[in-house]
Order: sequence, then C-alpha cells, then structure tokens
Amino acid sequence: MAFDPARPYELHPDVALRPEPFGALAYHYGNRRLSFLRSPELVQLVGELGGHGSAAESLVALGVAPERWPNLIRALESLANSGVVRPRSSRELSRDGARHGI
Amino acid sequence: MGSERLADELSRGLDAPICLTWELTYGCNLSCVHCLSSSGLRDPEELSSAEAMGFVDDLVAMQVFYVNIGGGEPTLRPDFCDLVEYAVSRQVGVKFSTNGTTMTPARARRYAALDYLDIQISLDGASPASNDPVRGAGTFTAAVRAMERLADAGFGSFKVSVVVTRHNAGELSRMLELSEGFGAELRVTRLRPSGRGATTWRELRPTAEQLTLVHAFLVGHPQVLTGDSFFHLGPLGDEPLAGLNLCGAGRVVCLVDPVGDVYACPFVMHPDFRAGSIRHTGGFAAVWRESELFQGLRQPAKSGACNACGSFGACHGGCMAAKFFTGLPLDGPDPECVLGHGERALAGLGAIGGSGARVTPGHGKPGRPVPVAFGARRLSQTR
Repeated sequence: MAFDPARPYELHPDVALRPEPFGALAYHYGNRRLSFLRSPELVQLVGELGGHGSAAESLVALGVAPERWPNLIRALESLANSGVVRPRSSRELSRDGARHGI
Repeated sequence: MGSERLADELSRGLDAPICLTWELTYGCNLSCVHCLSSSGLRDPEELSSAEAMGFVDDLVAMQVFYVNIGGGEPTLRPDFCDLVEYAVSRQVGVKFSTNGTTMTPARARRYAALDYLDIQISLDGASPASNDPVRGAGTFTAAVRAMERLADAGFGSFKVSVVVTRHNAGELSRMLELSEGFGAELRVTRLRPSGRGATTWRELRPTAEQLTLVHAFLVGHPQVLTGDSFFHLGPLGDEPLAGLNLCGAGRVVCLVDPVGDVYACPFVMHPDFRAGSIRHTGGFAAVWRESELFQGLRQPAKSGACNACGSFGACHGGCMAAKFFTGLPLDGPDPECVLGHGERALAGLGAIGGSGARVTPGHGKPGRPVPVAFGARRLSQTR
C-alpha cells in the first residue's frame, strides 16, 4: 500500500526504538525485523505521528523545511512497508507515542 | 542514505549490541566436528541462575531487543526454560539454537506458548549421509523429529540452521524444501575454522566452485537467511548480498560465554579477542562501551594488503575470525577470498590451512578424541 502523507499513521505498538548516534534502531517484536532510522529528525517524526491527524501535519508541527519533506516521506514509506509505522484507522490521536520514551 | 554509509556508521559502534550471542553452557550431548566453542562438558564456573537473570536485567537496561542463545546445547541447563521465560517476560526476545535432542512434545508446547521466542534447529545436511558424519549418528533423525514436534505444537515459523560444508553445499535446495515443508525458514552460515573447526575446516570447507554455487543460491533465494556470514563472497556478484555486509565484531555483535566472558564475536573465542567479563565492576555495559579491544575494533581499518584491491568495497576484507584462526594477518585477505588472494596467502604460510592454524583450548570430554575424518560416529547419551 502506498504511503499517503494525508492519512494518519502511528508507530506500531509492537515496535521499540533505541536511540543511537545516527538516529535510532527500531525493533519490531511481531515480525522480529530490525530497521534503522537514519536521522534524529526522522526519529522525532516517527514519535510524533500518533499525535497528529496526518503524517503531513506531523511534518508541519515539527517545522520541517519543505525541501526535506520528500526524503522524510520516502523514509516513512519504507518504515510503513516494514511495519514500523502503520496507518491509523481514524484521526483520533494514538496514545502509543509516549510509550516508547523517545 | 545508501547502505555503505549505514555500514560506516555501524562500524564505529553502537551504544549496545544489535546481535548478542549468549552461550549458556559448554555442556553438550553431541560433539560436532566443527563446534565453534569446542563444547562437551559444563564449566563448573558457569553463571548461576541468579547471575544469568541479572545479565538479562542488564540487557533490558541497555535496550538489547533480543539475544541469540546457544552453547553447547543450551536446553541441557536445568534452568533453561526459566531463563528463557524470564527474558521474554522482560521483553528481551530470545532465539535459541538447539540440536533438537531434548525437544519432547511437552517442551515444544511450552515453547509454543511463549511470545518473542524463536527457535533454530541445527542440521548440516539433507540426509543422515551428509549430516551425521559432522553432527553424530542419529542427529539427522533427532533434528527432524524436533521439527515435527514444533510443527505439531503449533509453534509457527522456526529456523533450520545449516553450516555450509563441502558435503552439503550441493543440498541447499533440498534443505530449503525440507525447511519450508515444516513452515520454517532456512538459515545458512559459513563454516569457520574456530573451536573444533580449526582442525576440520580444511577438509570440510566448500570448494571454490561450491562457493560460487552458494552465492548463486543466495542471490536466487533472498528468503534464505545468512546471519550476514557470506559477505566475503560479495565480489562474485554485481550487487551485495542482502544484509549489512560488514564484520560486526565488537561493533554491532559480541558473544558472552557460559562463565560471563565477553568476546568480539561468536567465532573468536580466543584470549586475543576477550574484551572482559560481565562479572566485573560495571558489568556488561562497561565491557561493551569501554573495553580497549572493542574501542580498537571501532576505529577505521588500517591499511593492509586488501585496501588496494578493487573488490575491497564488496567483501570488506572478509571475516576476522577466518583470518585469525588460519594464521593470516587481520588486514590481509580472507582465506576464502574469491579472487584467490587467500589461497596464495595460506600457501605462503607453509601449508594450506595448516601450519598457521591457531587452536583454542576446548571443553570436550576427556577420553573422547574428536574425529576429524568423515566416518560413522555414535550419538552419545544426554547427561
């Protein structure tokens, strides 16, 4: 499924994030896959997703410069494909964001 | 954000390992001729249950997401199930390796009831004819019976782990069929000249022609797992194999042995690569973050014979352990360098895989010489 920045997403509840110098490691306890979040900005964005009505709103809220949107959206798409982030069924805010400590 | 840059970042080290192997015991009811840890007898100084659980707590604090438990045969520890259940209850996922001999239907059901648990059954051939000479008589049947029991218990997907040798390199497709028949994934890893493998590597290692076929098999079957162990074959293809394709020793990988000693990777259990002990002040975190050995491994590679080679970017100089235990310099070629530089370097040592080989003291049972020839062996009894 294509990633749609206009839709709401969240960090998958089975995923734990571990901060690292380059960003963070994401481990999915469900599919046992490890992903690399390659910038602190991406880590922050992933943590924010559940708190906004759409991925694009999260980008706006973080004040990300428009020229960096395409890269970050590509990164989110890849994280969605590996199950690290998932679409939310409604625009209600997710409570999972705070759980992972980042 | 290419993979090369990620590998560079990872090679400078992480705050905690990604992949930690924890050998729970040197005790084993088999004596495989290529055993990396030369296992056989339990060490009287093995970590106690309380120490082992304390180590799990350290892993929780460091956010190590999962451990690979091995041995020896880890399921022989009387507290094995308690330790696994403790780890997964603390969100430290476990994958354990077993020869399958202890897999009763009741154990299989107990494992199936656990989240965050993965199991890896060791098997080194698609039939007893190729497996049993390496692992012992009856071990093929025991491993397949364990797979049946896991499947019957509804465990779900598990892994079948194969060390690629001269005798099974032509059987990988059959082993993939065998694995998938049980709903399992196939994992193939490289034979290392470590532990008892130091004395059997020369006759068991795949030929250069077989390594070419192994590479083609991996390219054609991306679902097959490798534990990143074949990156030295990278120059055989235009594209790197799936995985990080870097030596993770002391950077993203390490090994903790049954007495709590920490080594750079599962294939270098030798005093030269011992970083410290989890029993000392500061525990595992201090060893991982501060040991001189690990700090050194995280420095950029020194220039060596390989840096001038046009394929260095594809193989990264190969496996440190394979070089070390065959007596080759660590900044030189891998003994299985696909361009033949390793063979020439080995020949320069005096004898191929011979005079330069380093051997570590083992934990085998006294009075039971390790067979180095392909021939019939008896399966010893569980103690």
